[in-house]
Amino acid sequence: MKTAVMKTRPFAKKRTSRTFFHYNLMVGIGLLWLIFFNIVPMFGIIIAFEDYNPIQGLWGSEFVGLEHFEYLFSMSDSRRVIVNTLVIAVSKLILNIIVPLAFALLLNEVRQLRFKKFVQTIVYLPHFLSWVILASVLLEIFGYRGVFNALLSVFGVEGKIWFSEESCFRQLVIFSDVWKEFGFNAVIYLAALTGISPDLYEAAAIDGCGRLKAVWHITLPGIASTIVVMAILGLGNVLNAGFDQIFNLYSPLVYSTGDILDTWVYRMGLLNVQFSLATAAGLFKSAISFLLIVISYVVAYKAADYRIF
Amino acid sequence: MIQGKTLGNRIFRIFNTILMLILTLSCLYPLWYTFCLSISDKAAANSGMVTLYPIGFSLASYQEIMGDLQFFRSFLISAERTVLGTLVTILILAIFAYPLSRPSSEYRPKNVLMWLVVFCMLFNGGTIPWYITMVNYGLIDSMAGLILCGGVPVFNLILLINFYRGLPRELLEAAQIDGAGVWTILFRVVIPCSVPILATLVLFTSVGYWNEYFQGLVLSSNESHYPLQTYIKQMVVNIQTTNLSMDQIEKMDKLSNKSLNAAKVFIAMIPMLVVYPFLQKYFITGIMLGAVKE
Repeated sequence: MKTAVMKTRPFAKKRTSRTFFHYNLMVGIGLLWLIFFNIVPMFGIIIAFEDYNPIQGLWGSEFVGLEHFEYLFSMSDSRRVIVNTLVIAVSKLILNIIVPLAFALLLNEVRQLRFKKFVQTIVYLPHFLSWVILASVLLEIFGYRGVFNALLSVFGVEGKIWFSEESCFRQLVIFSDVWKEFGFNAVIYLAALTGISPDLYEAAAIDGCGRLKAVWHITLPGIASTIVVMAILGLGNVLNAGFDQIFNLYSPLVYSTGDILDTWVYRMGLLNVQFSLATAAGLFKSAISFLLIVISYVVAYKAADYRIF
Repeated sequence: MIQGKTLGNRIFRIFNTILMLILTLSCLYPLWYTFCLSISDKAAANSGMVTLYPIGFSLASYQEIMGDLQFFRSFLISAERTVLGTLVTILILAIFAYPLSRPSSEYRPKNVLMWLVVFCMLFNGGTIPWYITMVNYGLIDSMAGLILCGGVPVFNLILLINFYRGLPRELLEAAQIDGAGVWTILFRVVIPCSVPILATLVLFTSVGYWNEYFQGLVLSSNESHYPLQTYIKQMVVNIQTTNLSMDQIEKMDKLSNKSLNAAKVFIAMIPMLVVYPFLQKYFITGIMLGAVKE
């Protein structure tokens, strides 16, 4: 017995060490990409704590501590930008749960299967079009000579350039985002709905339960955990108002209601070349988002046993 | 789910069907509208007469695009970026994910690497540090830059790791007993068994590369290096958002060509419409893998 063990062991060891070597090789390429393109840029946050000068570089520029952060919070822009970000992001978070959920529930009531499938197939489409493309179409439709104004003129309402109106910009941004994503966001609810046993509905019908009551007592409790997970995971996006969308739709006319953290960072950093200040604002966002995401994952794990891996 | 024959039920059903139809049409309309504008007469398009159908059929816009060298250049850059980028990304992810899907008893550094990967998913340095790093790497105007600068798509990597972990153990053990090395196991057993998730990732990645415009914008020194979406952002969207006052609008009516712009946008939509039926089939699997885990 003992000799047998002795005999096999060197072979097994050699084998695992060879496997280990090849595993390292496999990880190698991906890890290089991760290090150089995900991790190295993170060290750039040092810029936020110094007076960055491209000639002196990251390690040679003068260290100034929290000066940029202090300046940032004393600026008149910052309040406006943070309010815009929060209003747009939080509205999107809430509506991007409620609207897809309502849509999923209504679509679930459609009996003709082919029609249901057709609707489902088409409503995903906007999700796959970029904001560049959709912005060009939306700016046309809501432009001065656009379809929306043509429609309004039927009712005698005067036309406007809707995306240049301070008072409408936020609403249009929120509305168009919800429109773009509702089909895609509904997928998860539709899948959860198929998991509810039809027996429950039959039993409820026999007991004389109406449509609304069935939704309230059977459907919603059946997909409650999905809704909870989606809501919690949304928390990480509280400062994410959607750069791609707003960057393509806004103009200086609507800065007062439409300028968000990310667009401000872009203009300050890449157009005005205020690298340190822009990095400080970006870091403020990243740090808070990081905290919120970690909290949301912990809560989702505790509340609904959701795990990312 | 309740099968009612009452009047209330019938009314609900009719309204529900109408609502679903409206929502569906609202998702199709942007496409149709763009298409109509692109094949309409220039004057009709500029004056806003086109709403539901093309007016004054004309292919002048498409003819004009045929002579637009910059548009073609951008289209080719986008096509090359999408194809190469997707290949490179999926190949790296497929290999990278395998050791990370093994238990830590088999590959010890796994836990440390997983934490690193998850950290990269949760935190980033922001736009400016990223931009400065890319400039320091010399990735301005380079195809490698357009492909790699986004970093490892960590979320997709985790999806793939999760999928690999769900493969039956016996399968891998059988291959191991038959004397297959780790590379053979990966390429002959694991990857062929992961076609559904890999197809999903191919589609998501390619859509991502095709739709990306921001990196193309900040990492290009001039317009001859723009990918297509960046080109549209700069040539079409930026002009639209500067139409501010009435006299500017009237000036733009004479100068701009909405039909031509619409034709450019429509061409940029076409690859999406081509892959859409495939996307459709796979992406539900993809989302569900990401969202629901046992």
